Amino acid sequence: MSDASDVLIEVRGLCVDYGIGDGAVHAVVDADLELRRGEVLGLAGESGSGKSTLAYAITRLLRPPGVITAGSARFGASVNLLSAGQRELRGLRWNEIAVVLQSSMNALNPVLSIGTQFADVLRAHRPDMSRADRRARSGQLLEMVGIPADRLASYPHELSGGMRQRVMIATALALDPSVVIMDEPTTALDVVTQREILEELMALRDRLGFAVLFISHDLSLLAEIADSIAVMYAGRLVERAAAAAIFRAPRHPYSLGLLSSFPALHGPRVALEGIPGSPPDLRNMPSGCTFHPRCGYVFGRCRSDSPPLLDLDGGTRAAACWLQDGHTAVPAELGRPEPVTAEAVTAEAVTAEAVTAEAVTAEAVTAEAEPTGGRS
Amino acid sequence: MTIIPLDRARAADGAGGGQPVLEARGLTKHFPVHSQRGARRAVVHAVEDVSLALPQAGITAVVGESGSGKSTLARLLARLIKPTAGSVLLDGAAAPGRQRYARQVQLVLQDPYSSLNPVHDVRYHLARPLRVHGLASSGSLDTQIAELLGRVALTPAEVFAAKYPHELSGGQRQRVAIARALAVRPRVLLADEPVSMLDVSIRLGVLNLLADLREREGLAILYVTHDIASARYLADVITVMYAGQLIESGPAAQVTDEPAHPYTKLLLSAAPDPDRTQTASLRGRGAPPNLIRPPGGCRFHPRCPFAMAVCADERPEPIEVAPGQSSACWLHATGLTAAQSRPLGPAHGPVGPGEEKR
Repeated sequence: MSDASDVLIEVRGLCVDYGIGDGAVHAVVDADLELRRGEVLGLAGESGSGKSTLAYAITRLLRPPGVITAGSARFGASVNLLSAGQRELRGLRWNEIAVVLQSSMNALNPVLSIGTQFADVLRAHRPDMSRADRRARSGQLLEMVGIPADRLASYPHELSGGMRQRVMIATALALDPSVVIMDEPTTALDVVTQREILEELMALRDRLGFAVLFISHDLSLLAEIADSIAVMYAGRLVERAAAAAIFRAPRHPYSLGLLSSFPALHGPRVALEGIPGSPPDLRNMPSGCTFHPRCGYVFGRCRSDSPPLLDLDGGTRAAACWLQDGHTAVPAELGRPEPVTAEAVTAEAVTAEAVTAEAVTAEAVTAEAEPTGGRS
Repeated sequence: MTIIPLDRARAADGAGGGQPVLEARGLTKHFPVHSQRGARRAVVHAVEDVSLALPQAGITAVVGESGSGKSTLARLLARLIKPTAGSVLLDGAAAPGRQRYARQVQLVLQDPYSSLNPVHDVRYHLARPLRVHGLASSGSLDTQIAELLGRVALTPAEVFAAKYPHELSGGQRQRVAIARALAVRPRVLLADEPVSMLDVSIRLGVLNLLADLREREGLAILYVTHDIASARYLADVITVMYAGQLIESGPAAQVTDEPAHPYTKLLLSAAPDPDRTQTASLRGRGAPPNLIRPPGGCRFHPRCPFAMAVCADERPEPIEVAPGQSSACWLHATGLTAAQSRPLGPAHGPVGPGEEKR
């Protein structure tokens, strides 16, 4: 495990409401999150789950009637994101934390050329840069995301959707931030373009070493690109684990349900159940666990008490489900052994602290990887 | 969670023998665009010579990216727009007049947030088609509506009938839209991206409803989508469209497991897939062409990593590559001359203006 100095963004007990008083909607409730240096953290959830609100809150981009009611969010060791003044935020935004939004159409100014918009960012944050340097840097940024530098003279409407989104990514990277927050950056794009952009993004991440908070409704996409994943449901974090662990061995019934909502591209075709019902109305939240009306494993306690995010498997992962509190027998599909990766095997050998010793064999690795095609 | 192995391929075989309910023959649609200074009449070549057959109790998926012409094809089949060339056959005969056609073929649109009228309740939406088509009997209208809501699993029906669209979730709205299409007891349902606007956790419910309707009522269903994984899940037959042309079709699992056309391979390698063992490498980057001046020959050739000289000159005809699976690609052709099969090389094609350049 990496030490505490690696943590770039640390969120503790964050609560965000829309509106004040009795009519307030609790959009984010008691969220804990850590983003480490160079990590890709996927934040998964459906519309209304609070994933975007969480991102807006920690970047202080939340607009009224959104109010942060509790909790803390720190950047690095020293900066309190929630109490930082405008000056301090100014120094942080774009320099350290950049944001890429879903709709590049609205984020780019339609009456300014791409070059002007790059120059604006650089002029605002690097006032000592010369005009020629700004131009050179802008061209360099565009080429970094695979667009020829002569496109600086183009206006947003002259670029395709994929190119505009690339421009947004390039502007986000203009000042070498250590964190890039991406809110559904590729959702509006075609699959092929989406894949190209993700590949480029991951290559840039490897080269420049920034951390990414990647917000998406598409868990199958996150499973592929993220290092770890946090799943949100109705404003709460319900599960947090390494990406492969969520995908192969989910611990929360909602994660399991989400995973079985994506038909597989391989293997035998099996009927999938998905999740019955629909997400709750945030103004009229169910008692106890907010997922209980849709949950196939519901029992007495779920209806009355809201489960906290419980540390599981020695603190490497967490899930907010009463099934995992140790007092109840865990159904097999929610207690699958963790996937064994090459890294895990080495780590295992070093620490000699076996999670499940019998699982760490080559056969177990293949056995674990095989049946996933027909995964429910 | 119960896992029921699907036996849909067999169902498709049984139905495939007879005459298709709905058939498209050489459908072509060109939309006029106003060119600057009105010099030459420019057209967008949205759909080009597409032939397709929808068998009874069969689900046919049309997969493609935006701009591939898949929605235009659905609208042509619904006869909401007139084809530039080609014809639509219902039961092997020329399609009848609009109203009689609408009793047989119904369209469900992508966005249930705009396809339902916000000032009317569910009851109104369902009573309308019954009245328009003279199927409503005043005494039993409520029974008919309750029955319709039951067919799309919106129960208790009395509660849902009185609701307005804003009181329903996205999935429920889409079910109302489907119930409205089912009101006239059609034999063909054209579903244009029916789940792409819905939340992940409720998509499957709507897809399973379509599968149910096919099984219980023998509907012929056209499922238009950009999501090839959902097409594999739901459909018997997948057809892939690119730049207005049909480039591959075949049994769903066959097309996704053994894609023959380079574009289908590209589409599959781009789809999110956590089971992927190694990082997917895309072959054939770039974006679809400008359809006002589409590339000659095969429309995919400027992006195709395997493009040959012949690909730029002549449009490939569909060639059967496996039983039931055909692919319109010169790679499957035999007897090409050396000059024809000369590779075009990596930087062969100009990428259209305003397109992505790699």
